[in-house]
Amino acid sequence: MPKKYSIHAHKTDPRFPPIGKYATVEFREDCAGSCRQCVKKRCVFHIFRDNFTHWSTMSEPEYLYTCKSCYRCVEECTKGIFSLAINPEYRTLGDDYWKAGIINSTWAQAHTGSIPVSGAGYRGPFAAEGFDSIWTDMSEIVRPTRDGIHGREYINTMVELSKRPMRLRFNPDGTLASEEAPVLEIPLPVVLQQPAFGVLSKTVLLAMAAAASSVGTLLFIKAEEYTPFFSPYAAHLVPCVTKDTYARYADLIKGSRMVEIAYGPGLDEALSGLKAINPDLFIAVGLPLDSAAAGRAGELARTCVDTLHLTGSDYGREVGTDNPRHLKDMIRDVHLALVGNRIRHRINLVFSGGIALAEHVAKSLICGADAVGIDLPLLIALECRLCKRCTQGKRCPVKLEAVELDWGKNRIVNLLAAWHNQLLEVMGACGIREARRMRGELGRSMWFDDLERDSFGPVFGKRKVTGIG
Amino acid sequence: MKKVKSKVRCKGKQQLPEVVQTPSRYRNPIGKFLVKRNAKCVSCGLCAKLCPYGVHVRSGKYTQPMRPLEHKCIGTKCQANDFYCVKRCPQHALSVKLNPILDTIGDYRWSSEMILAHWHMAETGTLPSGELEYRLGYSNGGFDKIRFRIPDPKEYLDIPDEEIDTSICLNKRNDGRPVRMISHPCYGGGMSFGSTSLSVLVGRARAAKRLNSFTCTGEGGYPDAFVPYRDNIITQVATGLFGVREETLLHTPMIEFKYAQGAKPGLGGHLLGDKVTPEVAKIRETVVGSSLFSPFPFHSVYSVEDHKKHLDWVKEVNPRALVSVKVSTPSDADMVAVGSYYAGANVIHFDGSYGGTGAAPDIAKKNIAMPIEYAIPKVHRFLVAEGVRDEMCFMASGGIRNAMDVAKAIALGADGAVIGTADLIALECVRCSNCESGRGCARSIATTDAELGKQISEEYTEQRLVNMYSAWRRQWCELLRQYGMRSIKELVGRSDLLVNMDYLDEEERQAYQPTPKKKLVL
Repeated sequence: MPKKYSIHAHKTDPRFPPIGKYATVEFREDCAGSCRQCVKKRCVFHIFRDNFTHWSTMSEPEYLYTCKSCYRCVEECTKGIFSLAINPEYRTLGDDYWKAGIINSTWAQAHTGSIPVSGAGYRGPFAAEGFDSIWTDMSEIVRPTRDGIHGREYINTMVELSKRPMRLRFNPDGTLASEEAPVLEIPLPVVLQQPAFGVLSKTVLLAMAAAASSVGTLLFIKAEEYTPFFSPYAAHLVPCVTKDTYARYADLIKGSRMVEIAYGPGLDEALSGLKAINPDLFIAVGLPLDSAAAGRAGELARTCVDTLHLTGSDYGREVGTDNPRHLKDMIRDVHLALVGNRIRHRINLVFSGGIALAEHVAKSLICGADAVGIDLPLLIALECRLCKRCTQGKRCPVKLEAVELDWGKNRIVNLLAAWHNQLLEVMGACGIREARRMRGELGRSMWFDDLERDSFGPVFGKRKVTGIG
Repeated sequence: MKKVKSKVRCKGKQQLPEVVQTPSRYRNPIGKFLVKRNAKCVSCGLCAKLCPYGVHVRSGKYTQPMRPLEHKCIGTKCQANDFYCVKRCPQHALSVKLNPILDTIGDYRWSSEMILAHWHMAETGTLPSGELEYRLGYSNGGFDKIRFRIPDPKEYLDIPDEEIDTSICLNKRNDGRPVRMISHPCYGGGMSFGSTSLSVLVGRARAAKRLNSFTCTGEGGYPDAFVPYRDNIITQVATGLFGVREETLLHTPMIEFKYAQGAKPGLGGHLLGDKVTPEVAKIRETVVGSSLFSPFPFHSVYSVEDHKKHLDWVKEVNPRALVSVKVSTPSDADMVAVGSYYAGANVIHFDGSYGGTGAAPDIAKKNIAMPIEYAIPKVHRFLVAEGVRDEMCFMASGGIRNAMDVAKAIALGADGAVIGTADLIALECVRCSNCESGRGCARSIATTDAELGKQISEEYTEQRLVNMYSAWRRQWCELLRQYGMRSIKELVGRSDLLVNMDYLDEEERQAYQPTPKKKLVL
């Protein structure tokens, strides 16, 4: 059994007051001012008392501990002057995909390293497009779960990004005659990826690299960003190059375990060139998650490439089309095309773009990914609000450029710790104790369309709307 | 779908407990409408005389009018009435408008209006007369897409509520154990001492006694205060085995094996450290302040054979108790149900994935296991095909929010429903989701904090629940009358009476109430 893997979180306070959901509203003109029973003094969560302290000096941040919408001030004020509203700033946070709730929850995970736990039942829609139309299965009685939470039973989340030998040869005495193939493993099925936008200062990228190194995963980073400051983390960096630029980074490639080269004409020649620079190099090919992705994956699986890194849009969709399919369907397409051609085991698939929540990791694996890449959650962990002011050359409201290395590293490590523990929750419930076994394991998931057809079909007949309805 | 006939005839006398007005614990209950009186008011008292809903109150000889009781206002719908206060006020001092605070209350499953309507039912025992939508939420799926088919007026059975039988039988096996009836097709879901305040738990037990139903201990052991109500309390045996002792198994009319919970399927119970007070720690035989994460699964059950051994054990300990098996909803829920039948369970209780909890990881609440709407017909069909449906009592839970959801669950194939969240809503829970942390619930429901817990009484809990279930019963009676039924048992498996909006042609869909849709900020 491998050594138990766990990510150690360290509580890391935010630098700026995070944006809370609720705002209390007071109609002061009706306040008697002397009723001596002021609800502000009796708030269970002390929000009115603590608001006198400047947020940045609070050891506990505002959004976790201030207004929790218990409505007691609203319902107990002797003059009825209180009301609640949704904080207008919260309403503008994120967008329809990167919802305010996702950003807020990511902040909390990066702060505490704990998985989000709450009371009462699920609050969201019954089902929605994309990953929200999949439920993961659980095991019961006839097929028990794994009690992986808190490490009571070991669940292994390690996956490989290196090619596996197709066969082994043995000597007559039973010893291995084949050469032992080099292996590139990561301890959780998540790689980090340099975001396409954001204040990507040297420290921000270093924090990402340090976090990748700390948890043992990889950071896919543009080769041109590499400076000697990154050398302590070199084993966990995957420089991204093109066929035109790779020769320029020969030294960097020599010191790297894996390199990503962009897909394009002349790739075969570039692959040979890379192997010539570093024969032990693991190679990933980066390509867009478009309608040609499945076909290209079939071609590349037959080459020396170890891993394909397919990137969709930031919104978890296919790219290069006006009618993009969701990431879950794209993963299925690529995975099943390889399975159909009996070459799935020849290559590893990493999918990026729109992976926003820990549940997306588990569901991507179930759809057929070996691992996923995350980019924007790394920025959010560093307090980014996805306002995209930086893309217009405006000042960052949370001064990402001023992030300190250790602080940034800890926030990202905390987020990964929380995601890792959530993956364990899902795998434990599924009764699966190997992340590698999750790959393409559709039998451990339930899909909206299937449930509607199998469960409701015999009752209600034929469904007459498309999509979620 | 086939109508199921019960082999065992269960006779029970319907008891209708008294409804007593039980107002809010708070000074300013929240309503859908804001009713404002401005400075032009001359205290003529006309509004208080006019309003039949009691929005405007004059207290004795006190000349100044009290602040309007906004939560009783039926809103703009009142414009058509002669007594509409805004129109009749000689000083034009009154105004009624939608309360913007509704944007902040509730969620897709429990809409703000559904919450306010249940507060009204718990206060008055009647259905809201205003514009509150209490049957459908904004979830845009499952029960919110299902409607009862438009009834044939010729089938209407004009009989009073008292003559309609809403009781169900929990033991249909004819296995020598008592035939236990409950007067409503619902009993209370498990809530542990630790997750919920003792006054709420005892209040639920008192309500169960008056309603001739059950409530359940949950995983937290058996406080002494339960003993007077032991005939109405189910003892739960969960994976943590907290407080499971021979005498608590002997006390009870029904023992519930909790294999899983809908809000966290595949995971054990969670009680975070702050709520483990000395009293809780004592009863659970654990350490004060230390978080309790129950194991999962029962480490003594890794097969159906082990499962049967479990059931045999408790049956041997208490030969008069029924045995319920509470499980969640995996893809093979039907197999689990049949396995439980052959293991000897009287009740199979499926808790769907959108069920309530005192604390659960958000990822589990949203993603693991299937919603109960899918599991009910699947399990019902399989039990019918196996020829054992008539011998099992099939209870459903997990996201069953209101009386119509219960009726829909029964028509889909369940015998009844197990209710948790709605009970708490009746006690003025706002679903703020902060049950798990710190001192627990600020509204005194899900807390073990000495100070907070005192702000809710057993009497209040008992009566609010009696009132809410009385209002629910009215809805079931009216539904049954529409289809010419005298007993709710006739509704079991009558999915031919249901339609799903997504399975209708556009034209057919027009005949039914549209699915409410609203974009919320979560």
